[in-house]
Amino acid sequence: MSAPLTLGPAREVPLSAVNPVAQLAAIAVLTVVLLVSGDLVTPSVVLAAELALLPAAGLTTPRAILRRTWPLLLSAAGVAWVNVAFGTLDGAAAWLSGATWGLRVIALALPGVLLVASTDPVRLADALTLHWRVSTRFAYGALAALRLVPLLATEWQTIRLARRARGVDAGASPVARVRLFAGTAFALLVGAIRRGSRLATAMDARGFDSGVPRSNARGSVLHRRDAWFVAGAVAACVLAVTLSVQTGHWSPILG
Amino acid sequence: MRDVDLRVAPGERVLLTGRSGAGKSTLLRALGGLLEPESGDVEGELTVDGAPPDRARQRVGTVFQDPDSQLVMTRAGDDVAFGLENVGTPPALIWPAVDAALDAVGFDLGRDRATAALSGGQKQRLVLAGALAPRPGLLLLDEPTAQLDPDGAALVRGAVSRAVADRSATLVVVDHDLEAWLPLVDRVVELLPGGGLTEHPAGWTPPPLRFPSRRPDPPAGEELLRAEAVTYTHRGSHRPALPATDAVLPAGRTLAVTGPNGTGKSTLALLLAGLRTPTAGEIRVGPALRAGLRRPDRPPARWRAAELVERIGTVFQQPEHQFLTGRVRDELSLGPLRAGADRTAAGRRADELLERLGLAPLAEANPFTLSGGQQRRLSVATALATRPPVLVLDEPTFGQDRDTWAELVALLAEQQADGRALCLVTHDTAVVDALADDVLRLGDPVRAS
Repeated sequence: MSAPLTLGPAREVPLSAVNPVAQLAAIAVLTVVLLVSGDLVTPSVVLAAELALLPAAGLTTPRAILRRTWPLLLSAAGVAWVNVAFGTLDGAAAWLSGATWGLRVIALALPGVLLVASTDPVRLADALTLHWRVSTRFAYGALAALRLVPLLATEWQTIRLARRARGVDAGASPVARVRLFAGTAFALLVGAIRRGSRLATAMDARGFDSGVPRSNARGSVLHRRDAWFVAGAVAACVLAVTLSVQTGHWSPILG
Repeated sequence: MRDVDLRVAPGERVLLTGRSGAGKSTLLRALGGLLEPESGDVEGELTVDGAPPDRARQRVGTVFQDPDSQLVMTRAGDDVAFGLENVGTPPALIWPAVDAALDAVGFDLGRDRATAALSGGQKQRLVLAGALAPRPGLLLLDEPTAQLDPDGAALVRGAVSRAVADRSATLVVVDHDLEAWLPLVDRVVELLPGGGLTEHPAGWTPPPLRFPSRRPDPPAGEELLRAEAVTYTHRGSHRPALPATDAVLPAGRTLAVTGPNGTGKSTLALLLAGLRTPTAGEIRVGPALRAGLRRPDRPPARWRAAELVERIGTVFQQPEHQFLTGRVRDELSLGPLRAGADRTAAGRRADELLERLGLAPLAEANPFTLSGGQQRRLSVATALATRPPVLVLDEPTFGQDRDTWAELVALLAEQQADGRALCLVTHDTAVVDALADDVLRLGDPVRAS
């Protein structure tokens, strides 16, 4: 099992040339259309457009695609199954509703996968703070915290082993097992908070709280291609809705 | 910390030392303007460049102990640039300053190197570059090498000496490793636990470490544990963390496991401690250690925790990982209670250890509030509480002051004299000299103990 999220510097792929805020804007457009639509045609067309972008995000082999998308595929299958099994519809209608929901979930979440696969977290923070005036304290604070996440996994192992070394294990009792889990989780949380506060002190020692407007060494430039990218997303949505209306499937959830 | 009078001239280099808990880190934080005003009572006056420290902040660069809680960015160059961005340096001036700082510390892996992929020594060098990039007038180092292996520590000290060579920055460094820093500093200031300080002029040498008197090369008692060609490979990894290794732990002798970082020393300790199962090879248990087990045929990694704690005591590198209760006294009685002792007996054992280790005044304190040296003594004491015949300790003397060091080593020598088998994983050559009967060096081509 490997993490679908990379926390180190991301590899440069063709899609990295699109500014993260342009990608986020495109995601916003798709999200609105997908949430409003209630049919099978709209998410299918949007999804086709998204799949066409997979190679640009460096996801060319089935293995690479699965590695990034397995949690998403799993949850889409879950949503579809719940709809088929517990929905009010029967027979073919139930299956259709399940497929619609499953496709919607995938079409909604896949752009996020593309964003993560093509975007360095630092570039995202730069773009958000420079173009959308997101608070630098929030953006770079979150970035620093993200660096600590992989450390938590090793910390969890160590705490678990240290407890056994102290004579604490759960044995066969399920109650003791839950208590041990809670105790380990609490110790991990306490450790994370202590480490986080040390990190905050170190960041402030480097002038993070200076109050001076922050400059940015890397910068974040919006090109014409970024506008084209958002326009492309709008075009894909227009196409999807037009097709859906013309084939008579359009059944918006709102209105 | 109290009654401290200290004047440091521009360009001077001062080593700040003293017992753990004497207030060295507090003084350093105060100089860096990093103390919260509401966190304590302040008496007297402290100025940096004639101004209160919080106003001189931009002229001060600080490096702390743990590199992982100081790096912010994912790439080396971006991390060095972080401090310059924070004070609004124009982007055109940032990269030349970053390159100069990386050059000053001798970091030659390039700006784009991922920070997560660096060794501890390289990370700490990068942290130092980040502190130097804004060209501080005052550089504060708080035990910058305490968590590094000897190679990493030498790397960082080399970087510091390059960085302060032109005397454009004043240096105040807190560290316990006096010998290593002496060639670099002009004078040594020792903070005293009760308040006040002692100054040692240039040319001063610290008193030698106190070694315990012990019988050289004691006879090997009964064999308690033996590792036979044990190997450990992490799941999903192709290279073993520990290639096939043999080790023997007889009663009454001490085995030191040494070698560079990443050669599997701590992994071997976890295998011997019954905390991990080797992927190949076997941990064999002597009859004395096996006696009383519910399933004597099983290897230590499959014993119940209550059986393990009575037979093998383990001390982890970070004491905080091991603490489970909110009181020092409870921490000490926990092991005996888990092993089946009644409350009175466990309490008696706890009091005995509190007295023996000089922790009695702290019996009601929370283990997490103790100083580093006190935590270390407590973590060793918790492992001793159940009187296990085998003790496995991972870097027991890491970052300890000289007095704590001597106390720990004396305590361990006593355990060995009582007939226990000790296994020490350590980088500390003084500990090896003071305690080890056998040395197993990992990372060398031939493996035999």
